Formats: sequence, C-alpha cells, structure tokens
Amino acid sequence: MTASEVQLDDSVGETVVNVTCTVNGKSVGFSVPPQRTLMDALRYDLRLTGTKTCCAEGECGACTVFVDGVAVNSCLILAAEAEGHDILTIEGLGEGEPGGLCDLQESFLEAGAVQCGFCIPGQVMSAEYLLRSNADPSVEEIREAMSGNLCRCAGYERIVAAIRITAQKRANR
Amino acid sequence: MRYYRPATTAEAIAALAAEPRTSRILVGGTDLLVAMRHQKVEPTLLVDIKSVQDLVEPITVEDEGITFGPTATMSDLVAHSVVRQWFPSLVEAAALVGSVAIRNRASLIANSANGSPAADTSPPLVALNASVTISSVNGERAHSLREFFLGSRRTLCCGGEMVTSMWVPRPAPRSSSAFERMTRRRGVDLATCSVAAVVDVDSAVTVGLGAVGPTTLLGGPGASFDLSSPEQMERALDALLAAATPIEDIRAGKPYRTAMLRLLAKRAILRAAEQRTDENLALPDVLGGRSGG
Repeated sequence: MTASEVQLDDSVGETVVNVTCTVNGKSVGFSVPPQRTLMDALRYDLRLTGTKTCCAEGECGACTVFVDGVAVNSCLILAAEAEGHDILTIEGLGEGEPGGLCDLQESFLEAGAVQCGFCIPGQVMSAEYLLRSNADPSVEEIREAMSGNLCRCAGYERIVAAIRITAQKRANR
Repeated sequence: MRYYRPATTAEAIAALAAEPRTSRILVGGTDLLVAMRHQKVEPTLLVDIKSVQDLVEPITVEDEGITFGPTATMSDLVAHSVVRQWFPSLVEAAALVGSVAIRNRASLIANSANGSPAADTSPPLVALNASVTISSVNGERAHSLREFFLGSRRTLCCGGEMVTSMWVPRPAPRSSSAFERMTRRRGVDLATCSVAAVVDVDSAVTVGLGAVGPTTLLGGPGASFDLSSPEQMERALDALLAAATPIEDIRAGKPYRTAMLRLLAKRAILRAAEQRTDENLALPDVLGGRSGG
C-alpha cells in the first residue's frame, strides 16, 4: 500500500501512552503523556531517583542510563520510546553485589571522585559503558569517552583515576 | 500532543502528510527533544519511525557506494569498518557530534535533514557528493545533498515528507578525505566553523564548509595544484573558500571565524592528501586511537 492509499483514522497516535519495559531486570509498566521523557518516568513514575535531572537537554550527562546495553541521555528519550526495551539505571548497576555497589562504584569512592555527588550516577554509567567496550582505556581515551559528563565540583582527575583503577581490578580478576 | 508508532513507511508518511506543518519525525530525538523543551517547536503529532519494518537498512555497502537509512546513528558509522575506510572525513565528523551518549542515538540522516549549516556531518557529505531520497504521498525523488539545503533549517524536504535514505558514492581510488572543526570547548559543543576536504589522486580538491553560510557550502572541485607550494595553496584556498560568508555570532567574531576557516581548510587538505599515500589509512587520534576495521 502506498502512502496515498493509507486510510488513517481522523487523528492517529495516542494522547496517553501505556509503556511496558524492563528496568533493572524487572518488568514494569506505566502510563504517561507522550511528551514525558524517560528521565522523568524513571524518577517520578518508577521512583528511581538515582538518575539525575540537570540540564535536561543532552549536554551534561547526569541522566545517563543504558537502553539495551547502550549508554544514552534519558532526557532526550521519550518514555514512550522505552516500550519493549531493557533499561539499566544506576540502581541496577550494583544490584546483587556485596554492599550494593559494583567495583566501579567502589573505585569512585576509593579515589575520592565524589564531592557533591550529583553528577556521579551519570559519570558511573558512562564509565561502565566505556569499560565494557574498552577494557584498558588510556587517559586520553577516558577523557574523550567521558566528555559528555560534566562535573562542577572537581577537575575530573579522580574520576579518570577511578576508571583506571577499575580497569586494573577487572584485569586482575 | 500525540505519539504514533507506525509499522510501515506508508503509514508514517500518511500520518506526517495529514498534519504537514505540525507533525514531526522522531528518530534519535537528540535535536527534536531539545527544541521541544525550549518550546521552539510544539508538535501536534510525533511519528516514531523506529518500529517501521520496511525502513531502509541503517548501512548497506555496495561496490559503488553506501546507502544509509534513517536509523543509522553516528556511533554506527564510527564503528563500521568500510565507512571508516571509504569516508574518513565523515567518520571524523560523526565522532565529534555531541558526546558518546548523543552519538548512540543521533541519526546521520536527521543531522542533514534538520538543515543546520553548522551540522557536523554535512560538510563531509557535501564534499563526498552525497544524495538523499525524499518520500512523500506523491512518491520518491532524489536530490544531491548540496541542492537539498535551501537555507538555515530549510531543506527540500517539506512538511509531511521524509528523507528515507542517503547515498554516498565510493570515492575515487587513491583519494582521501579529512575533517577539521573549530569549537569553543573541547567537549560537547557546536561548530564555530568546519571544513571537510576531499583530495583526489591528481590533487584536485573539493571542500564542504560548515557554519560559514546559510547552508553547508561546496567549494570546488578545483583544478589540480602543487600542494607543497604555499603560493598555489593560497590561491587554491581563495577559490575554494570564495562562497563562504562568515558572520559574527555567539560562537565567534567575523575576523576570527574567517581566519580559522582558512587554517582548517589548509589542515584538512594537507591531511587528506597525506592519507592518500598511507595504505593502512590509519585514522587520527580524534577517534580515540582506534584504527583500522
């Protein structure tokens, strides 16, 4: 059927979107207006406030989550787009680990990379994504890969160190 | 506002055409959602094409060139060994768009379809002689990317229509290309000015120029010249950059932008020329040290 032959109802599309997806390994459902972002659905509809709202326009990375294993800015994804997909948030990263934190999160603490803490969930998600695709990144590679995550407290040195420490830990496992 | 997730290209185009001024295509969302947040656009209908089953595949390699579909992301391009080998300037540009998280969603086709003269991937695509196919209720039509751009954020794709594929022809043997971009910050930023240069085996140069005019501009192809002669390089640059009309804006003043354009053009030309002789086409550090396929 060509586009000119398609018969549409008067107005296609939904004004309320029912979404079913997997978040941190669990199937969840929520009903949202179309313009709600994934970031806001995670925080308000699912009460997972580890993902932070900061610039809300894809510049700072505080809202970084994984969708199907890929790091993305959840402020630039509609909740509706999550239908059928697999979301991992900062809460899910350390799940099942002793102390509730994974090795990367422990490294951030050990390296003193956390000051106010607000950027940290996004930093950790982006760092985890980097290490999953590059197990031994150089400092330059780390800085390049992490350049979408801004920190206003510190000079990034300890975040870079935390990532290097984790790469070493994982190589020694 | 309504959200619609069609299963076919025909349904998508019919939905867009029913509300041509106020419907919007949603692919990566990295430009659209920002515009919605700032209320620069207030769509009545979002058509999410990611579930369209008959969409053109993201990346299809053929002997004569590569076809990109609407869901090909910047990250897809950067990771693809043939795209890296044939179109170094395009991959360099794609690798500079936003951040990793942005690149994992941002659509190559949408970067051009938005029609911003500062779009990073447009100068390489224009210099590489890319073309696009626009689909509407009346059928399909193809245009070179250079003529696709009409003005700032205005293209040949009208409301109710959709760019369904982009074709980039395989470059001539022993030619190469490079991309240079000036930004205020080293991290996430938009281009102050940018240049993509294609240099062929005879040292004829074609350039694509970004953020120095109302659209992405094409310079050349110019006559072959001796790249090692500073005098001939300056004359060639005069000709290749003639169409540029750099302005003063929030990112740079006019004299600086004009000077940087010339500097970047020279760098891009010389780097592209150097890559012609390198059999392995090792890619520069801007791609984080990953080279080869």
